Amino acid sequence: MAGLPLACLTQAGFASVMHGTTHLIRLPVPLPPLDSPSWQSPLRAFAWGVRSVASTVLTLVLFATYLGIGALAHDTHFSLGWVLASTALVWAGPAQIILISTLGSGATVVQATIAVTVSAIRLFPMVVSVLPMMRTPRTKRRHLVLVTHFIAVTLWVECFRLLPQVPRERRIAFTHGLGTGLVSVCLVANAIGYSLAANLPQLFAAAVLLLTPLAFLLSTARNCRQLADILALVLGLALFPLAATLNTGLDILISGVSAGTIAYGVHWWRTRE
Amino acid sequence: MSHFLGDWHSLLVLVIAGFLPNEVWRMLGLWLGGGVDEGSELLVWVRAVATAILAGVIAQILVMPPGALASVPDWLRYAAVAAGFGAFILTRRSIFVGVVGGEVVMLAGKWWLG
Repeated sequence: MAGLPLACLTQAGFASVMHGTTHLIRLPVPLPPLDSPSWQSPLRAFAWGVRSVASTVLTLVLFATYLGIGALAHDTHFSLGWVLASTALVWAGPAQIILISTLGSGATVVQATIAVTVSAIRLFPMVVSVLPMMRTPRTKRRHLVLVTHFIAVTLWVECFRLLPQVPRERRIAFTHGLGTGLVSVCLVANAIGYSLAANLPQLFAAAVLLLTPLAFLLSTARNCRQLADILALVLGLALFPLAATLNTGLDILISGVSAGTIAYGVHWWRTRE
Repeated sequence: MSHFLGDWHSLLVLVIAGFLPNEVWRMLGLWLGGGVDEGSELLVWVRAVATAILAGVIAQILVMPPGALASVPDWLRYAAVAAGFGAFILTRRSIFVGVVGGEVVMLAGKWWLG
């Protein structure tokens, strides 16, 4: 018994404990080396993409979130086919939550459209920053359409982590696999959540809905590289409640553009010094 | 078919209020992104605005909670997210520990409130 705390105090003991945890947190599915023959066929690159779904804890977060979206859709009287179609077509968790809850609370289609459009602006810079990783001199724009559709927070984060381990000419096939895998997991989660909704305790539903803000906050915080990003995150959180008091329906756009511009202004001012 | 997908009206609403608003920004990124230099100042501003909008989406879910999340008192929602963020920082940016920490605080708080 006495040996256990002592072992934990040594560096090796700590490392072994930490090593054990990393295994739990991130199941290792090592990708083959860049020069491996298994990258020669696009089909196998696609399969590696599908398999990589199991390599990230964000898949679990997505599964639980889409379980919640399925349950939310059931409670607001949408059909199962509708919520499955929304996952395949919209493929953005917060947009789906905003869409279902605004329509469910009796808002007009125009109000719902504005709320979703504003929340979706973030996809633009994500697409702009991720696509250069996949382009080759021979890539045509139409080759990137499906990849572009798959881009949302999770795929964006995972592309930055995984694509450097994939040969450039196989990255599109790999991302198609990753996107297909993630969407499939979420469709299954939707169906399970929808059918269990009536039996789910309210506490569980609340816990699932809390996952989106938690996972988004933390994955954005982890991706913050410059002062402008950190300031934008902090100011964006702080200014939203102020903008919401204006009651314009464009709250997120107002707080987002002003917080982002202030953050950029500080960045511009500091680089001039 | 009609039972599974619902009526045509609700599918039309899905396309107009759900699919198009998201797809427009994605395809705009595909269309215009080719000309944007990765290190350009414009992209720094665009990314700052995108991050702040995402922060707004996070704040909206916390301040005006949808569905069952509304049954959790305001202070407990904020405390849970703050605790999750604290755990994330303490574990040198582990999203897993942060998410689990935040959820545990929320569940413990609800259990304690009874």
